[in-house]
Amino acid sequence: MNTPNTYIGGHVERVEDARFLRGAGRYIDDVTREGMLHACVVRSAVAHGRLVSIDAEEALAMPGVHAVLTAADVTGEIPTIPFRRPNPKIGPYAQPVIARERVRYFGEPVALVLADSPELAEDAAELVLPEIEPLPAVVTRDAALAAEPLLFPGTTEDNLAAVFTAGKGDAEAAFAGAALVVGDSFSTQRQTALPLETRGLLAEWDADAQHLTVHGAAKLPFFNRRAMAKMMDLPETSVDYVEHDVGGGFGARGEFYPEDFLVALAARITGRPVKWVEDRREHFAAIAHSREAEAQVELALDASGRILGLRGEMFMNVGAYVRPNGMTPVRNCAQFMSGPYRVPNIALQATAYVANKTPAGTFRGPGRYEGSFFIERLLDMAAARLGLDRRTIRQVNLLTNAEMPYPLAQIRPSDGSRAETSCDSGEYSEAFHRCLQAFDWEEKEKLDGRLIDGRYHGIAVSCFIEGGASGPAETARIQVAGDGGVEVYVGSSAIGQGLETVMAQIAADTLGLPMECIRIYHGSTTYLAEGWGSYGSRATVMGGNAVREAALALLARFRALAARRLGVGEAEVSVVGGQAVGPDGAVLDLADLAAEGLAGEAKFLNSDATYTNGTAAVHVAVDPETGRVEVLDYVVCDEVGRIVNALTLHGQVTGAAVQGFGSVFGEELPYDDDGALLVGTLADYLVPLATDYPRVRCLSLESYPSPTNPLGAKGAGEGGIIPVGGAVANAVASALRAFGVAPNHLPLSPARVWALLNPPD
Amino acid sequence: MKLPAFDYACPETLDEATALLAEAGGDAKVIAGGQSLLPFMAFRLAAPSLLVDLRKIAGLDGIEVADGEIRLGAMVRWRDILDSAALARALPLLPAAIGHVAHYQIRNRGTLGGSLAHADPASEFPCIAVLCGASVDVVGAGGHRTIPADELIAGPMETTLEDDEIIVAVRFPRWPEGRRWAFDEFALRHGDLAIAAVAAAYDMDGPHIAHARVAVMGATDTPQRVPPAEDALNGRAPDDDTFGAAAAAASAAIEPTEDLHAGAAYRRALVGTLLRRALAESCAREREAAE
Ligand SMILES: Cc1cc2nc3c(=O)[nH]c(=O)nc-3n(C[C@H](O)[C@H](O)[C@H](O)COP(=O)(O)OP(=O)(O)OC[C@H]3O[C@@H](n4cnc5c(N)ncnc54)[C@H](O)[C@@H]3O)c2cc1C
Repeated sequence: MNTPNTYIGGHVERVEDARFLRGAGRYIDDVTREGMLHACVVRSAVAHGRLVSIDAEEALAMPGVHAVLTAADVTGEIPTIPFRRPNPKIGPYAQPVIARERVRYFGEPVALVLADSPELAEDAAELVLPEIEPLPAVVTRDAALAAEPLLFPGTTEDNLAAVFTAGKGDAEAAFAGAALVVGDSFSTQRQTALPLETRGLLAEWDADAQHLTVHGAAKLPFFNRRAMAKMMDLPETSVDYVEHDVGGGFGARGEFYPEDFLVALAARITGRPVKWVEDRREHFAAIAHSREAEAQVELALDASGRILGLRGEMFMNVGAYVRPNGMTPVRNCAQFMSGPYRVPNIALQATAYVANKTPAGTFRGPGRYEGSFFIERLLDMAAARLGLDRRTIRQVNLLTNAEMPYPLAQIRPSDGSRAETSCDSGEYSEAFHRCLQAFDWEEKEKLDGRLIDGRYHGIAVSCFIEGGASGPAETARIQVAGDGGVEVYVGSSAIGQGLETVMAQIAADTLGLPMECIRIYHGSTTYLAEGWGSYGSRATVMGGNAVREAALALLARFRALAARRLGVGEAEVSVVGGQAVGPDGAVLDLADLAAEGLAGEAKFLNSDATYTNGTAAVHVAVDPETGRVEVLDYVVCDEVGRIVNALTLHGQVTGAAVQGFGSVFGEELPYDDDGALLVGTLADYLVPLATDYPRVRCLSLESYPSPTNPLGAKGAGEGGIIPVGGAVANAVASALRAFGVAPNHLPLSPARVWALLNPPD
Repeated sequence: MKLPAFDYACPETLDEATALLAEAGGDAKVIAGGQSLLPFMAFRLAAPSLLVDLRKIAGLDGIEVADGEIRLGAMVRWRDILDSAALARALPLLPAAIGHVAHYQIRNRGTLGGSLAHADPASEFPCIAVLCGASVDVVGAGGHRTIPADELIAGPMETTLEDDEIIVAVRFPRWPEGRRWAFDEFALRHGDLAIAAVAAAYDMDGPHIAHARVAVMGATDTPQRVPPAEDALNGRAPDDDTFGAAAAAASAAIEPTEDLHAGAAYRRALVGTLLRRALAESCAREREAAE
C-alpha cells in the first residue's frame, strides 16, 4: 500500500493496443452522421497554368450530386493558410485554400464535389472540367533560381521563399587555418511521411449555434482551430477540432491543409455534415512532401581530426507554396547540421526555393535527417584523407557533459522559436561506446570491404542529436469522477506514439494510483481551453510534465479538502495511494471528495529544447551485380534523459530506423519535366514492408536527465530516423571502397548502387 | 480510387457466360480473383459496364497431372499451385516461379487464367507457360480453340483473346525424367512485380546440354524466349563458361524496357546476372539431389 508506484521506467504495455488489435479503433472514416454528404476534391492535372474556367454542368446534372464548390463560392479574398513559424520573407508564398486564377502544382485543389456517396462524388469529379492554360513548369533548382518563370509574378521578384543563415564563430578564419578541408555535393530525394491511414475530415455546421465542429484532428488541433476561426470569421470558441484514432502522423498529417477549409466551407454552405476521406492516389499529390535538398558543404579539420569549421550552401525545393511548417526542414538542416559534434565555427546558408511541385512540410526528423547525412559523409571522407579511424574522428568531436549547455548555430532570420538553442545535457561518447560495444565493431570490422559469397560487406557508424520538447507550453486538467476514476485531459494529441499509455503512467505515478483508474482524454479542443499538440518530439516532455503538474495540483486540493472535512490542519493529513489519512487514522478516498470539485490544472511552460543524443552502427552486404544492399545488423543507442516507457520508446526508435531505411533505399516522389507527379500508388512508392528489416536492435540510456523539465525526459520520437542516411551511405562506401564510389546522392536504390559501379559512359 | 458503377452477373455455365460477354460487345469483363481487375477499376483504367464472375462455373479448377500432359483449370489459384505435391514433382519450375508472386492474401485469390488474360509483362505464370510451350484452351460464343501461350500474349497487357472468349484451362507437356530447370527473379521488395526474371529448362545428353529453353520476363515488354541464349547452351557442358556465355547472349539479345525504378542498361545487366546464377543453381540442385 505504501510502496510508491513505478510505472515510469517500466516496460508497460500499451493500453491502446487492446482496442486496436481487436479492430475497435475508431478512425475518421468510421465516424458518420445522419444526412452527411461526401466530398471529392477536383485537383489540377496541370502543374502550372492559368485557371480560365471550370465547367461543372455535367457533374451537377448527375442524380445524387448536390454541389460543386469552386473559388467563386468563397466570399471575398481567398484565405491563405497561416504559418506556424512566420518570417519576414515568406508572406507572399502562403497557400490559398483553393486555386482561383492560377494553379501551381499537380494536385492543387480547384473544386469540391458534394454527393450522396463517395463513389458518386468521384464519378462526378471526373466530369468537372477545369480549363487550364498551361505555363512552363518550374521543376528544377536551375529553373527556379533563374526565375523562369516566376511562380508569383507581380508579387515577388524571385522564386526564393527564404534564405536562412546558420552562423557561429568565424568560419572564414577556421578554414584558412585548417590542415584539411573536405567538401562535396550531396542530395536527398523528395519523399513523404506516408501515414498508413490517409487524411480525412468530417465537418458539421450548427447554424443555430453558429458553431463549427471538425472531426479528424491530429497533431495540432488548437492551432488549426485558431486558423479556421480566422478564415471563417468566427470567434475561436465557435470552432472545435475533434480527434479520433489516428493511423500515423510523422509530421505530415494534422497540419492545416486546403481541405480543412474546403470541407468546413461545404458544411457551412450546405448546412449538412460533409465528410472527405483522402484516397491513396490523391494523398501522394496532396499531403506535404519533404526532404528534397541539395548541399555543397565543406568541413575544416586539424590534423588530429578535430573539426574547426563547417560552411557551405544548401538548397531546398519547398514546392509551390510555403505551408505552415514548410520552412522547418530548411532552417533545421542549417542549424542542426553540426549534430552532436563540437563545431566552433559555422557559416551555412540554406535557400528555400519554390517550384511547381506539391508544397513541402515536415517529416520525422525534418532537416536533421538531411543534415546528418551530409556531415556523416564528410566525416568519413575526412577520416580517409587523414588516415584516421572512423570512430576516432567522431570520438574527438563528440560533445561532453562538461561543455553543456553547448550553443548550436544561430539562425537568421529568426522565425519565432529557437533562433538560439543549446544542447542541454549528456556525455555523448557514452551512447557511442555502448552502441559500438553492442554492435561488436572490432569483430565486424574484419569483414569491412571484403567480398564474401559474392557480396561486399561494409560497416559504418553515425552519431546524432534530436531536438525535442517544442515550446512554449502544454496544458492538462485532471478531475476525479463520481466513481473515483481519474480523468486526465491533455493538450497533446495521439498519433500512434502510445500517448495514452505514457500519460497514464505519469498520472498514476504522481497520484500514487493504479493505472487502471486513469482515463486519458486528448487532442480535442473540447477538452481544454488552450493547448498545443504533438510535434517536434514534444508530447512526453511537454504533455507529460503538464500532467504531472496537474496531478500535483490535484493532490494539493485533495489534501486541503480532506483537512477541511476531517477538521484538522493540512499538515496533519498524509496523502498516499489515492487516500487521505487523518491524524486519528480516518481515511478518505478520492471518490469521497469528488463532489466537492476535486480537480487540478496546469500549464507547463518551457521553451528550452531537449536534446537526445545517440549513435547508430550498421553492417551491410552489397551485391555488386544487382546493386541490392542488405542490412545485416543495425544497432542504435540513444540517451533520452529519462525513460518513461522502454517499450514505447523502442517502438519509436525501431519504427523510425525502418522508416529511415525506406528513405535511404527506395521511397521517392519523382516528377516529369512538366511537373507531373509520377507516383500514385504504393506499388511505386517503396515504403518498407513490416518484414523487410528484421535486424534492428536498440538500447536506451537515461544517464543525463534534461535540466529543462522536472521529469528529466528528452524528446525521442524522431531520433531513430536521423542517422540512417549517413550510416547506410557510409557503410556502402566502405563496402565498395575498392571501387572508390561516393554514395552522396540518396536514395541508394538497387539501380542507383549498380549505376555507381557501372557509370554510364 | 472508388469503383465506377457496374452490373454483376454470376452465371453457372460457360455458355451463359460467353453469351453475356458477346451481348455486351466488349463492354463486359470476366472477373476471376479480381486482384488485377479491381485495382484497374479503382484507378479508373477500366470501367466495364458488366462483370461476369466465373466462380460458379464448374470445371474451371483442378490440377490434373496425367501421363501426357498437366492440365490446370483457369480458376486455379496461386495458393493451389504452391500446395500441390503432384506439381512439385512433375513441374517443379512452376511452383518455384509462383513463389515469387505477390503476397499471401493475393496468392489466395489470384488465378492463372486472370494472370494470362491480364498479360502483365512482369508476371510469372505467362512466362513459365511460354517457356514450357503450354497450350491455352479458350471458349467463346462461337466455340472452342486452343492457343499456344506465346501466341496468346500479344503485348504488354494485351492478348489475342476475343471479347467473348474465356480461358478455361492451360495444358503443359509432361517433362522427361531428369530435366533440369532454373528460375531467378529480382524485385525491389519481396512480392513486388519483377524488375527482371529468367526461367530456363534443359535436358542432359550425356555430358552436354540439350533442348535448352530460356525465357525472360519483367525486363521486356512481353515474356519471351531468348534463342541466342538457348543456342549458347545446347551442345555444351553445364559449366561456368557455358552459363556465362548464355548470360551474355541473353543480355545482348533482349530489348529491355525502362520505368521509374530501372533503366534499360540496368535491366540488361540484371538479366545476365540472374540467368548465370539461376543456371549455376540448376546444377547445384542436381548435385544436392545426387548426394
Ligand atoms: C499488390 C499486388 C502484387 C502483385 N504481384 C504480382 C506478381 O508479383 N506476379 C504476378 O504474376 N502477379 C502479381 N499480381 C497480380 C495477381 O497475381 C493477379 O491475381 C493476377 O494477375 C490476375 O488474376 P485474377 O484472378 O486476380 O484476375 P482478375 O483481376 O479477376 O482479372 C484480370 C484480368 O483477366 C481477365 N480474366 C480473368 N480470368 C479470365 C479468364 N478465365 N478468361 C479470360 N479472361 C479472364 C479479367 O477480365 C481481367 O481483365 C499482383 C497483384 C497485386 C494487387
